[in-house]
Amino acid sequence: MEIPRDDLVAMYAAMVKIRYFEERIREIYLDDKLPAFDIAAGRIPGEMHLAAGQEPVAVGVMPHLKDGDAITATHRPHHIAIAQGVDLQQMAAEIFGKDTGLGHGKGGHMHLFSIHPEFGCSGIIAEGMPVAVGAALAFKKQGSDNVALSFFGDGAANQGAFHESLNLAALWNLPVVFICEDNRYAISVPKEASTAIADNSDRASAYGMPGVLVPDNDPVAVYEVAREAIARARDGGGPSLIEVETDRLWGHFEGDMDAYRSDEFKAAMAERDPMKTYPARLLSEGVLTPEEQEQLIKEAHAAVDEAIAFAESSPYPRPEDALLHVFA
Amino acid sequence: MTTLTERKLTTQKAIAEAIAQEMEADESVFVMGEDVGVYGGIFGATEGLLDRFGPDRVMDTPISETGFIGAAIGAAINGMRPIAELMFVDFFGVCMDQIYNNMAKIHYFSGGNVKVPMVLTTACGGGYSDAGQHSQTLWGMFAHLPGMKVVVPSNPYDAKGLMIAAIRDDNPVVYMFHKGVLGLGWMTPNPRAIGPVPEEPYTVPLGKAAVAREGTDVSVVTVGLTVHRALDAAETLEAKGISTEVVDLRSLVPLDREAIVASVRKTHRLLVVDEDYRSFGMTGEVITTAIEGAFDYLDAPPARIAVPDVPIPYSRPLEQFVLPDADKIVAGVEALMAG
Ligand SMILES: Cc1ncc(C[n+]2csc(CCOP(=O)(O)OP(=O)(O)O)c2C)c(N)n1
Ligand SMILES: [Mg+2]
Repeated sequence: MEIPRDDLVAMYAAMVKIRYFEERIREIYLDDKLPAFDIAAGRIPGEMHLAAGQEPVAVGVMPHLKDGDAITATHRPHHIAIAQGVDLQQMAAEIFGKDTGLGHGKGGHMHLFSIHPEFGCSGIIAEGMPVAVGAALAFKKQGSDNVALSFFGDGAANQGAFHESLNLAALWNLPVVFICEDNRYAISVPKEASTAIADNSDRASAYGMPGVLVPDNDPVAVYEVAREAIARARDGGGPSLIEVETDRLWGHFEGDMDAYRSDEFKAAMAERDPMKTYPARLLSEGVLTPEEQEQLIKEAHAAVDEAIAFAESSPYPRPEDALLHVFA
Repeated sequence: MTTLTERKLTTQKAIAEAIAQEMEADESVFVMGEDVGVYGGIFGATEGLLDRFGPDRVMDTPISETGFIGAAIGAAINGMRPIAELMFVDFFGVCMDQIYNNMAKIHYFSGGNVKVPMVLTTACGGGYSDAGQHSQTLWGMFAHLPGMKVVVPSNPYDAKGLMIAAIRDDNPVVYMFHKGVLGLGWMTPNPRAIGPVPEEPYTVPLGKAAVAREGTDVSVVTVGLTVHRALDAAETLEAKGISTEVVDLRSLVPLDREAIVASVRKTHRLLVVDEDYRSFGMTGEVITTAIEGAFDYLDAPPARIAVPDVPIPYSRPLEQFVLPDADKIVAGVEALMAG
């Protein structure tokens, strides 16, 4: 099936926005912590898991979403939130711990929650999977044709919640799509040292649902597979599992020495960086002109810069506001 | 003996050395957990062990906490002495059944016949904006559940001795190290996280508190990183003419109730400081212990400083508001002295 030009370009625009956002966050995060790295210091303290390289998984899925669809994501959530259209300013403000943030500074970068669009994430591995199942259960009970998407890492597929969620989703024939971001590492542990089979997509068959492996870190490949899975879920055809082989270009978290991955591995990743390969293809196929590309980059960067300026200039919450929001 | 105590180590290195020495001495000791191998543990508790002992005895696991902690129980019952690392204590939620319904109860269920000699190591504590799923201490919850010992070292010497004692203990021991006492290069520097550690193996008995600083006017009873905060506060209070005794509990189970009572009988005033949630936790237990054992000695109602019952927030001003610190301890002691 043909892919509309608008979708091809929108995916690229989202990728540019994501990568630039991650670059700016990284720069600010590290800038405040050098020369002696102190995780507690600076404008953005704490752990920071960035998703540079994993843009195609997020942007390939989003063109198929519609209003009311729900997403659960992981400790590495920015690319997915940005692609879904979570308010960039409020998201940035949350990462800076500001009162104008999505959670008034209570959650931080691993705990971003948005109502419109419906997005949530968690620092506990595989924690969002059953929640996506529950969102899909609600949609089914309410008779809507909304779907839920659960993003998770290759490491999460060895957690009990993964297996329980797939079984429930299939048992109850729910409109949920599980999307595995297989970057082949869970911190320092390579997938082959943690996972008894080669491809997590094969695990789908154990739960009676379709499982598809996308071996390329390519938005178009993700787009095509996601289109089918999401349409099936929307039409009452039940859940599916998609596994995308992708790349985490940077360390597990900022400050990670990343000594467990070889120089060759890192060089190969840089070589196939989708931020190089995808626009090259759009340009060579005439989908995009260099002028349009330049304009698109300018707009994406401006949106990110504006969001970060908003975050930086926003006030911190009052200390005693820590006591608010425990109960509704 | 002085030569033996010259060498200084960080708490993190002291823990790793303790594990290495016990692995050297006892073939049945082995380690498993996420990133304990090549990475050496996210908090360095297993640093250097993979190179020394190889992947059969230093096992990186999948992210399957119920699986590998349950497997540690099975191995412990069958002649091994496993050390299983739960990377952050906050992750207990995915595996607590194995911990409290199995690890902690099998000995009792078997009428004392089956032993579960294992150590569950885990990192805890906040103060560096890691938010509500990576900053909790939760030791009060583990201590509440019968059947497991709960150890919380505050300094390098104790960390090594308590670890060796934990490994040699025939009971399950939850060994909870606060990230702020480890002396990690990527955390805010803490001069109290480095100190003299003898090279040879030694034990610090589980269930014996330490008087970290002698004093006569008030007892501050605490555990973990807040021992350091209390020692800092005691210096400030000294300058104000208040003599503060700081009691480091070192373990919550067994709890050294005698040490609590003895200190309160001496100073007549008690402030309990805890980085755990306030209600239903350590502060209540220590205060009750003091009331039961030293009621007639108290010159003022015991007081406490703990995390008000909210999750740990991310943003710095919010987090600093809820965590105990030296200033809050100084203010708490001054209020006690005035009362
Ligand atoms: C239950 C639980 N166990 C362990 C961790 C610590 N941890 C955080 S991220 C991570 C690796 C996750 O790997 P993967 O799912 O592949 O995601 P990636 O980081 O590669 O994006 C681990 C072990 C956690 N957050 N939650
Ligand atoms: Mg991964």
